[in-house]
Parts: sequence; structure tokens; C-alpha cells
Amino acid sequence: MQVIDAIMVGMVLTCLLLLGSSRLGAYIRIVAVQGIVAAVVPLVAHGHGIGLQAAVVSAVTLVMKGIVFPRLLFRALYAAGVRREIEVYVSFPVSVLAGVLMLAGSCWLCGRLPLGAEVSGLAVPVAMFTVLTGLFLIVSRVLALTQVVGYLTLENGIYLLSVVLVPQQLFVIEMGILLDAFAAVFVMGIAIFHISREFDHIDTQAMDELADWRASKETE
Amino acid sequence: MMARAWADAVLGLALAPLLGGIIVRIKARVAGRKGAPLWQPYVELVKLMQKGVVYSTTSTWMLRMAPAGIVAGVGVAVLMMPFGGVRGVISFEGDVVVFVLVLGVARVLTVLSALDTGSSFEGMGASREMMLGVMSEPALLIALAVVARQTERCTLAEICAVAQGGAWAAQWPVLALVCAVMGVMMIIETARVPVDDPATHLELTMIHEVMVLDHSGPDLALMQYAHALKMWVWGVLCVNMIMPKWSAWWMQTLAGVGGVVALTCVIGLVESSMARWRMNKLPQLAAGAGAVALLALIIEMWRR
Repeated sequence: MQVIDAIMVGMVLTCLLLLGSSRLGAYIRIVAVQGIVAAVVPLVAHGHGIGLQAAVVSAVTLVMKGIVFPRLLFRALYAAGVRREIEVYVSFPVSVLAGVLMLAGSCWLCGRLPLGAEVSGLAVPVAMFTVLTGLFLIVSRVLALTQVVGYLTLENGIYLLSVVLVPQQLFVIEMGILLDAFAAVFVMGIAIFHISREFDHIDTQAMDELADWRASKETE
Repeated sequence: MMARAWADAVLGLALAPLLGGIIVRIKARVAGRKGAPLWQPYVELVKLMQKGVVYSTTSTWMLRMAPAGIVAGVGVAVLMMPFGGVRGVISFEGDVVVFVLVLGVARVLTVLSALDTGSSFEGMGASREMMLGVMSEPALLIALAVVARQTERCTLAEICAVAQGGAWAAQWPVLALVCAVMGVMMIIETARVPVDDPATHLELTMIHEVMVLDHSGPDLALMQYAHALKMWVWGVLCVNMIMPKWSAWWMQTLAGVGGVVALTCVIGLVESSMARWRMNKLPQLAAGAGAVALLALIIEMWRR
């Protein structure tokens, strides 16, 4: 019970760090650490020993989120040659306080939802909070790479939710999600490279400058 | 019990300047120098007390009143702070809020006296102090509220006795968060590296040091003494959060002093190993401390 609570606190702290950090490298590392922390959950979640299924899910998650995704993202970072600072629409202290509000909100929400997670009282709200953090990162950060990180955070939340809520079908769900995430990171890595080659940077605001878009707006 | 509380308070009032000496000594040793003797802060206080005072013509009674008020405010905090398992001299139901209040009064008096001098540099320091204070004061209240919920008591004595029961065994994730917050808060409140560098006198980057620039003689001595007392209060508060129960009373006192000295050594080592941060990172640090305190509160409330 204590270990799972500590893991949940770790998840929340990594989310707050993501909301508050201003460096791209740190961003990718934090989301990797969060993935590793999340990967431990199946091993300790359901008290009665470590099953084969939980072990496989944990190991695959660990390898994908702890090693493969960060490598892909760092490769994209170097290939695109972007600056190290993250650009934001919402400032860092405000983001962190918004994160605390989201945590309070998800606690309140999960108090009213009839979700029976016998693992830990904290698990479902924290999973919900991780999902919300991912969404917040996607909408509040400018660079394409940070949006991939937001997507990975979102995915960590969904993973956590499935681990604590549906441990029976864990394997099928996890493999599906991981395949999706892998494809997404892979494709977005290529997309980031192309965006940076087209515009000299990976600022998504530059998408407004696309010729067709501008033309269609003028004809309207 | 009361006699011991007074004895502990006097001990705090006497030992407080030593902490600054320890930090200076550690920084010197790490840099390969011999360093000033540990009692150097006492010598400086005596020297300043013997000097005359110069007041700028723009200043009013506020500048003359503030140093005494600040020492009084922080001194009351020392009297309230439990030490070595004994409740403070002043202790009553709900004294936590008063404790935060007296520290706040000391802060406001410092800022007002800085503004009263009419110096633009001191105005910058005052604005920075308030910018950090507006975020760190709620963080302190929230952190204390979390521990108050754990111990289900609202006096500083019972809150500071949190580690003497079984609370750490049952609730260590939350208490660890609270301790982390208090550690960061101590750095912010006592103006140490990486928040403020007491060694440099460059007005552009200073926070606490810049606010005492226009004080001289005994006034400056009082300001420095108040700052040392603040360090003592914060050190004792942090140490109390993790101090287990000892059998003999002298062991408790010894462990209390040892804990504060150890914490001071840690601060000295941190100070030797890193530079101060850019000013625009400080609100992030303070807001982060507040966010973690809120997080601890949410977890604590959710678990019940």
C-alpha cells in the first residue's frame, strides 16, 4: 500500500515537473522517468505476487518508455536542431498552479465516479490527473516536440488507468496502446523533421503561414 | 517544563549567530581557505553595536523603528518554536497561525524600512522579497496545515512532535513532501544560495542584503541578528519534522542542536557547490514549493 502511494506521488511530481520545466532535454528525460515509474505499477499493484502477464507488460513498457521513446525524441531533437528553450502560451508558474487545480479537480471528479479501484485510493485520480496534464501540455506549448511529450504523458495516464481498473485484460490493452504510441512517436519524429526543414524551426504557429491555408482564408 | 522552555529559548537566542559562522567556515574550507573563526558573527555584532548610526534625510521614524520590530517579531517566533521535544514558551491552541503572522510582520517591517530609505535599489529588493513572500507564505501555511491534519492538533508543539509518534511509518510519502517544501522554504526565507547570495554585494541580484544597505551601526547589528534568529527558527522547524523521540532530556536538546548544525552544514555545502539562480527562476521555485505543498494537502485530504 505504501509503495503504490509513493509511486503515485512520484507520478504527480513528474507531471508538475513537466508543467514547470523550461528545457527540451529535461522535458524528454522527465517523461522517460515518468514512463519508468509507471512501468513499475503492474508489479506492485495487485498484492498477490508477480504474474507472468504483469512482468511482460512491465518489461515492455520499461523498454519502450524508458529507452526507445526518449532515444527517438532525442534523435528528432538533434535532427531538427531546435533551440533548447520551450516556448509556451501559458507561463510556467501558472502552468504548475493549473496542474494543482487539475489534481484537485480530478480528485473531486473521481470521488463522484463509481470506479472501484481496490489498489489505492490515489491511483484513479492520479491517472486522471496525468491524462489532464498531457492534454494541458498539448494545448499550452508551442513546439511540435513538446506536443509529442504531452501525448506521451497522456498515454502514461491511460496506461495507469487501465492497470488499476482492468487488470484482467491488461495485456491486450497495453500492447494496443504501446503500438499506437510507438507509431505516433515514430511518425511525429519524422513530421518534426519535415516541419523543421520546411520552416527552419518546429514552431507550430508557423503552420498558419502555409500557402494553401492562407489562400483559402482569403477566398472566404 | 517552563524553565526548560525558557532555557531552550535562551539557547536559541545565544546560538543563532553561530549558524552564519558555520556556513562561512564551510564555504572557506571547500574553497581551500582556512576561513574566519566560528565566533566571527558575534564579534561583528559587538563591533556594530559600538558604532554610531547614520540616517538618510529622506527616512522617517519607520527606518528607526523597524530593526527593533523585526528582532521582536522573529524573537517571538523563537519563543514559540518547540525545541528538543519541549513546547515553546508561548504555546496555545491555534498558535500556528500566529507563528506565521509574526514571521510575516518581520518581513513586512523589513520591506517597509527598505522602502522608507527612498533608495531605488532597496525598492528593488523590497519588490523581490514580496514577490517571493506572496508565494512562500501560503506554502508554509499549507505545509503546516498538512501536518496539523496528520496530528489532528493545531498547536505548534504538537505539529512539531509529528515525528515522535507513528506518523512517519504510516504516512511517509506525504511527510516527505512536506519536508521537501520546508527545506526549500528555509532556503527562500533565509535568503541563501540558490535564491540569494549573501556573499556578493551586487545590488542588481540581491534580495535580503539589499534591504539592509541603508542600515548602519546598532540598527545593522539588529537586522543581522534578526536574520540569524530567522535561520535558527527555520532550522529548528525543519529538524523538528524528522526528529524522533529520545529517552533523556539532554539527548533531546543535544539532538536538536546537532540537527540544526547538520542542516546548516548541508546549506553550506549546497552554497559551496552551486551558483545563485537567475531572478526569473525564483518565482518558479517558490510557486513549485507552493504547488508541492498543495499536492501534499490534496493527497492528505483524499486519503481520509
